[in-house]
Amino acid sequence: MSIKNTLRAATALSLISAGSVFADGHATTITIATVNNGDMVRMQGYTDKFTEETGIQVDWVTLEENVLRQRVTTDITAKGGQFDIMTIGMYETPIWGANGWLVPLDDLSAEYDADDILPAMRGGLSHDGTMYAAPFYGESSMIMYRTDLMEAAGLEMPDAPTWEFVASAARAMTDKDNEIYGICLRGKAGWGENVAFLTATSNAFGARWFDEDWNAQFDGDAWSNTLNFYIELMNDAGPPGASNNGFNENLSLFQQGKCGMWIDATVAASFVTNPADSTVADKVGFALAPDTGLGKRGNWLWAWALAIPAGTNKEAEAKQFIEWATSKDYIELVAANEGWANVPPGARTSLYENPNYASVPFAEMTLKSILSADPINPTIDPVPYVGVQFVAIPEFAGIATEVGQEFSAALAGQQTAEEALAKAQALTNDAMEAAGYR
Amino acid sequence: MARTVTSQRKALTTAAAWIVGLLIFFPILWTILTSFKTEAQAIASPPIFLNFDWTLENYAIVQDRSDYMRFLWNSIIIAGGSTLLGVIIAVPAAWSMAFVPSKRTKDILLWMLSTKMLPAVGVLYPIYLLFIKLGLLDTRTGLVIVLMLINLPIIVWMLYTYFREIPGEILEAARMDGATLKEEILYVLTPMAIPGIASTILLNFILAWNEAFWTLNLTAAKAGPLTAFIASYSSPEGLFYAKLSAASTMAIAPILILGWFSQKQLVRGLTFGAVK
Repeated sequence: MSIKNTLRAATALSLISAGSVFADGHATTITIATVNNGDMVRMQGYTDKFTEETGIQVDWVTLEENVLRQRVTTDITAKGGQFDIMTIGMYETPIWGANGWLVPLDDLSAEYDADDILPAMRGGLSHDGTMYAAPFYGESSMIMYRTDLMEAAGLEMPDAPTWEFVASAARAMTDKDNEIYGICLRGKAGWGENVAFLTATSNAFGARWFDEDWNAQFDGDAWSNTLNFYIELMNDAGPPGASNNGFNENLSLFQQGKCGMWIDATVAASFVTNPADSTVADKVGFALAPDTGLGKRGNWLWAWALAIPAGTNKEAEAKQFIEWATSKDYIELVAANEGWANVPPGARTSLYENPNYASVPFAEMTLKSILSADPINPTIDPVPYVGVQFVAIPEFAGIATEVGQEFSAALAGQQTAEEALAKAQALTNDAMEAAGYR
Repeated sequence: MARTVTSQRKALTTAAAWIVGLLIFFPILWTILTSFKTEAQAIASPPIFLNFDWTLENYAIVQDRSDYMRFLWNSIIIAGGSTLLGVIIAVPAAWSMAFVPSKRTKDILLWMLSTKMLPAVGVLYPIYLLFIKLGLLDTRTGLVIVLMLINLPIIVWMLYTYFREIPGEILEAARMDGATLKEEILYVLTPMAIPGIASTILLNFILAWNEAFWTLNLTAAKAGPLTAFIASYSSPEGLFYAKLSAASTMAIAPILILGWFSQKQLVRGLTFGAVK
């Protein structure tokens, strides 16, 4: 290519680039990173309404939860400025808020009514009393059970059952020849998979991850009781290959009528009662996650929330979007178009005071579950951390991933519960020592 | 007798090749089939193979939710641009290594390949910070450069192997006839190495098309290619298998078609110089 031609090509490219800059200059566009789940996808569908009202354009970057976590963490720590709003959870929010990586959401408008946000959600999304992310939807965990199988077993599920009752009911409902398994629980390794479930469950058994001096507690009786109880129950009444089952696998089993009970996220209630996808939609009952009578229930607390990374130059527009997406009006908008069962749950008190929402079969139990979870005091013995199914420290995700692998291997029969706990104890203490906690 | 044994062996080899081929293709076939099922059929146990109500609903939903053409165009620009830029840089490099090797040529080749041994995540932060400084985040230009650099060692290695098969005497003859270096490479070497260059281009185009670490980590809303398009349909909390399969089918369709039409060149190029 001659120099003349090269210059022509370069000029043309520059003009095209400049043109796009001018074209973009007319409207403010905010970029939002979010997860791929039903409520978030639904919100994307209503973006045009927001643009109509405010003139602000929205670009979406939708990613799988773990990819999103890595992507936004890289961007926020490197100050990349790629996103004006990030969808993050209860684990990240207090840590990132403490690091000064997020814009405080303490000046939202009066119309927004921040006091209406459920206290448990607000507490979990705050650091030192300042809210850093607004909950788009919240969830706890609860029991979803087959009313017909429970009746056939001659049992009645109490609203607040014990683990002893759940275990005996699971064994009674199991009919392996007909592929009916009394209980489906998470077994897939991962800090957001089996560790979330087992950590929440261990709270009910009196266990904790750390004592007040950050010493791992896997060598105590409480953890041994938790893990042995879980493995024995799953061996007797769980589906085959349970060590590979996470949320989606269990959802699929339950929807096909193969689980008597499933203890998992409250958001699953709308999936299992949807006749389009679930073969057992009209035979599902709900109850609180079980306890052991010690004073704590094994139900977790989580929220997907919208936060603004510090350093964005579109802070005002981002706040406008957050106020719109997490408002009472947005809930009304979704209810009007798609019914009350499809509104984002678990974020606002007013939703549970709304008589229209009271008719949704899982609404009451979802609220009770959320209200009974306490991330500030999650365990029976005192702990130095916040979080029901996680420990809100940056090192937790890495440590818990390894611990989850040990627990999953124990469920698969590759090692005993005691061996898994001994390894968990050693690796956790090593990691905490390396991180300077001990 | 000998002929019977040969034909039996041929039939066995053919059958074995078909079995291996079908085994390799089965996950792709399953993805394509799943894309035509409902979400409930996609997770049915036992799995449904062909006996289901075929639906295009997932494609309609994916098309409605995502701007497929934008992702496709980004993929074409990024994969095509990085491959072409890589070949332009690699042809002279491979020429010098094949025809005027030094004592250290082998070491340089090995060193180039050693860059592929480093896990990508190990250099994520340095590259991310560099991209922030250069304003290359979420741009196709940035991805063209990164993917070119990632695939450059493979391009150089492949071209080097092909060039080594070409007798140096032919190039010498061209030089004797007064050809300049540029003419020698452009008009003598390149036409002789066309099958090798074509297969290098095809293979690297496929590698760049499928690259899913850098394309996810360095893009946001503008420059994301089809890998980002697929990632937006994966979810650990909610059943999106049928929609994810539809998105995957739409993402791999162009490259499958390209591979189908150019399989002759691909096979020829990949087996070029294999038997000496």
